[in-house]
Amino acid sequence: MNWFDQGIVLSARKYGENSLIVALMTATHGKHSGLVRRGTSKRVRGIYEPGNFVSANWNARLEDHLGIYTCELVASKAALILNDPLLLSGLSSACAVTECAFPEREPHSVFFNNFRKLVASLDSPNWVEHYVFWEIRLLTELGFGLDLSACAATGNSDQLVYVSPKSGKAVSKAVGKPYHHKLLPLPDFLTSDHETADSPSTADLAAGLEMAEYFLKRNIFIHIKGGEPPARTRFVDRLKQLATISSA
Amino acid sequence: MSVSDIDSLIQYLSKLPGLGPRSARRAALYLISNREKLMEPLGAAMASAAENVKNCSRCSNLDTNDPCHICIDPRRDVSVICVVESVADLWALERTASFKGTYHILGGILSPLDGVGPEDLNIRDLIGRAAKENVKEIILATSATVDGKTTAHYITDRLKDCGVKVSELAHGIPVGGELDYLDDGTLSAALKERRST
Repeated sequence: MNWFDQGIVLSARKYGENSLIVALMTATHGKHSGLVRRGTSKRVRGIYEPGNFVSANWNARLEDHLGIYTCELVASKAALILNDPLLLSGLSSACAVTECAFPEREPHSVFFNNFRKLVASLDSPNWVEHYVFWEIRLLTELGFGLDLSACAATGNSDQLVYVSPKSGKAVSKAVGKPYHHKLLPLPDFLTSDHETADSPSTADLAAGLEMAEYFLKRNIFIHIKGGEPPARTRFVDRLKQLATISSA
Repeated sequence: MSVSDIDSLIQYLSKLPGLGPRSARRAALYLISNREKLMEPLGAAMASAAENVKNCSRCSNLDTNDPCHICIDPRRDVSVICVVESVADLWALERTASFKGTYHILGGILSPLDGVGPEDLNIRDLIGRAAKENVKEIILATSATVDGKTTAHYITDRLKDCGVKVSELAHGIPVGGELDYLDDGTLSAALKERRST
């Protein structure tokens, strides 16, 4: 078995004295792990940092073997954002969520493109907004999609301010008011036209992440030992801190 | 020395970093053939180290004394603490002989994959030192990896209320490094952190 593919490094854990077990999100082979011999050496260690784009060659005698990776660095995102705490926590969170959410060796080409765009957009001004949309697309990709286009009760698309925690559908202000304590708040930027809308506030972004977190926890993290990845918790905490500072 | 003694010696030696069963066998044979010159002094040194070496209660360095020789050295500047991941990193910095402050060893870095969280690291003691001792600057010398920098940012956040200057090691082109052979990440970081001459 031998294939070449593009991938994004999700994690690299030490194996033995100088090898690594690297998990990649690949374009056509899904989340795929492999052994990198001498991966801890000074010359190649920098390639296997989470968030790096690599061109990977996977080799194994049988398909269900762990296999050996040989990777070449295409672009190093991690190196550019190491000194920015929020960006770094966002990148770590995206990699950790992807690693725990997807099963091994199941192709998710559409998601890979979304993930690639998210990582590439990490130094753009509205990257947190991209991140929230990315988590919602991740839920869709895994079969837990949210319907935020119209009210679940009336079918109208005006004044959508809540999300039903049961169905994952949007609820309008008038319909949801009596049950507002049971519903999740839906920030405006998730319903308005993505291209034309103003940049959302940090508080709105934090609310968007909180809403996504509810569905991620209920559908995905609940099946994972340890629950929500600590990297995501740190990212959300950091964003909430910023929201508190900017609102004060 | 019975055969089982040799086997057990080989078995223990093969657990050392860099040694496999074959090289452990060679090392065992070498030790046995240099019994008086090497094997007995090595055994005594190992027994003595196992009994006397302990972690310094202030910085977690390994030493036979507590506090360690660095913490009690009067020539050291106690107002500067360099935070490192492990004793190996402390030794690397000591080799340069260019740092005259004191150290604080974290005992690892935040690594969700290995189940290492903030409570597993020596961060609380560092905050205690920053608050109690007359510390002016804390240098974060964690590795330039995603996990290393995440740890550094976490510590920076925790030290915010201590009123201490927090700095990090620079990263860029190594001494003797040729641009053509450097990886893209190092080059980008070096360009980003360029300084005027």
